[in-house]
Amino acid sequence: MSFDPIKTLTSRTVVLSQENIDTDQIIPARFLTTTVKDGLGASAFYDWRYDEDGRPKNSSVFNGVDPETHKILVAGSNFGCGSSREHAPWALADFGFRAVISSDIADIFKSNAQKNGLLPVEVDEETHKKLLASPGAQVTIDLETCEVTFGDGEKGSFPIEAFARRCLLDGVDPLGHLINQMPAIEDYERQR
Amino acid sequence: MSIEGSSPKSLFDKLWERHVVVEETAEAPAVLYIDLHLIHEVTSPQAFSVLEGRGVKVRRPDKTFGTLDHSTPTLPANDRGELPYATPEAKSQVERLIENCAEHGIELLNMGDPRRGIVHVIGPELGLTQPGKTIVCGDSHTSTHGAFGALAFGIGTTEVGHVLATQCVLQRKPKSMRVVFDGLLPEGVGAKDMALAMIAQIGADGGQGYAIEFAGEAVRALSMEARMTLCNMSIEAGARFGMIAPDETTFEWLHGRDYVPKGLAWNEALADWTDLRSEIGAHFDKEVHVDATKIRPMITYGVSPDAAAPVDALAPEPHSEAEKHAADYMKFNAGKPFHDVAVDRVFIGSCTNSRLSDLREAAAVMRGRKVKEGVVALIVPGSEAVKHAAEAEKLHEVFLAAGAEWREPGCSMCIAMNGDSGKPGELVVSTSNRNFIGRQGKGVRTVLASPATAAASAIEGHIADPRPYLFAKESA
Repeated sequence: MSFDPIKTLTSRTVVLSQENIDTDQIIPARFLTTTVKDGLGASAFYDWRYDEDGRPKNSSVFNGVDPETHKILVAGSNFGCGSSREHAPWALADFGFRAVISSDIADIFKSNAQKNGLLPVEVDEETHKKLLASPGAQVTIDLETCEVTFGDGEKGSFPIEAFARRCLLDGVDPLGHLINQMPAIEDYERQR
Repeated sequence: MSIEGSSPKSLFDKLWERHVVVEETAEAPAVLYIDLHLIHEVTSPQAFSVLEGRGVKVRRPDKTFGTLDHSTPTLPANDRGELPYATPEAKSQVERLIENCAEHGIELLNMGDPRRGIVHVIGPELGLTQPGKTIVCGDSHTSTHGAFGALAFGIGTTEVGHVLATQCVLQRKPKSMRVVFDGLLPEGVGAKDMALAMIAQIGADGGQGYAIEFAGEAVRALSMEARMTLCNMSIEAGARFGMIAPDETTFEWLHGRDYVPKGLAWNEALADWTDLRSEIGAHFDKEVHVDATKIRPMITYGVSPDAAAPVDALAPEPHSEAEKHAADYMKFNAGKPFHDVAVDRVFIGSCTNSRLSDLREAAAVMRGRKVKEGVVALIVPGSEAVKHAAEAEKLHEVFLAAGAEWREPGCSMCIAMNGDSGKPGELVVSTSNRNFIGRQGKGVRTVLASPATAAASAIEGHIADPRPYLFAKESA
């Protein structure tokens, strides 16, 4: 396990309201020639943050974002669509995010995020709208109760696959879980 | 036997059941056995590092197969035999896979191997891809292999590690969707047009959480290569899995390929594969119908694959914020014909459309014609075998005579990480699968289309309808 378990997370949000933010936006393909996982935070949303000459864009919502206080990314629907590159959650986690909230998160990204201590949270439309409308808001995500709580005490709940939740909460290692199934795997191979 | 056990099964149900090692429970996903694990240089190095860190060996190198495609140059080696890698990192990524495969006893199609090519082209070509198999790869277009009646899906690098270590993945059974293409396609319309029409209809997230089975008269009539194009694009509708029941077309295409069973074993395999179809009355969580008779050649006009429309239509008025943002980026004038849009570059290639039939389609349009002055056209075959076969038919001469470039196999401008890319602001008509912002280079505007439409656009220098070229008996 290379990440700390998450039980509750209280932090400010960074809001990207666009729909269909694909993994090419999260980390452009030219950064994929790396053979390690580390240090990809510098490339996260690179073309959204920097201009042609590598200078920070004035218009970027990431300007002035302190990763210490802004650990929750709120995004439009179908976040993380496109390529299966796990570099996307690696980059977001390395940047400092611990959770991504949307109304709808793409399957492969969701699965990849869960394996890297980046909590994917899919909320109902109403909660989503409220989050999109309040960038920088302080919210709490509670993975034990599966609830998102706003500063005003309002709550929204979210579903999460039970095993992924246990991995994130208790630091259960999925590869360890699979290796423990080895007798069943060997049986399966023998019976084919 | 339970009632459920005797109820009619879908192709997907059958493929799933055959590979469940441990059933899923409320607490944990199923343990699903993987018959074929394809690996490439981009999404595997970190997985091998995890294995090394834990002192774990690759469990079934015999079920693992490697190729080099994403970071590899499409220009030939120089006089000293050095390949023109875009960056030292690209070269070292390739070297890492070579080392990892050697270390773990995995067969790899190295640079120079006459069988090397794009992972989703070589799997079928070699007959590694077969009906009834579970196939994974750290690549979202793995759904391509579903065209053979395989359960094929893209995974992340952590899961690549899981498969290397255990030959299994943890996976909950997704919901099922059947997309039925009713009727037959009009002339001059193909699988890429079907895929874009379907995605436009159901949306870029319309297939999210589903395994799609493509069915209907128009699907049955598709060639094997066209079926791969259709299944390839499943993920652009959000579905990790896309599949088509195998039939005579499938069996005939596979017969005699390197890794396909031979002799008596072939007959046994056929008997088994013939059962791989959805039974009448099989349950699907969702069913979608697409009228194949109404599909026209399609292009995309936005920055998501669902922003697709017939090539002979007018650019639509943007309504939502997202559509306005896309329209600003693409610089299409609402209400004007797509034909008015000037083209800077054309890319014919990628795991979607780089097979021999795709190149024949493009060559049929380009034969005896010239690429418009100022337009750069790149033709990148999907594999060494495709390149060889195309050259045997002298298709490369058609492309070169037209003024197009004929390159070495690889992913090239589809993902633009090997140095092949457009320049900021350029408009590229591309036979690949994604029109995302910056996908083909920073600031590049991508229009997705079929090989015929891309070729016609190269000739005319603006977005063009391929049908006049396809219907003409002789070139002008």
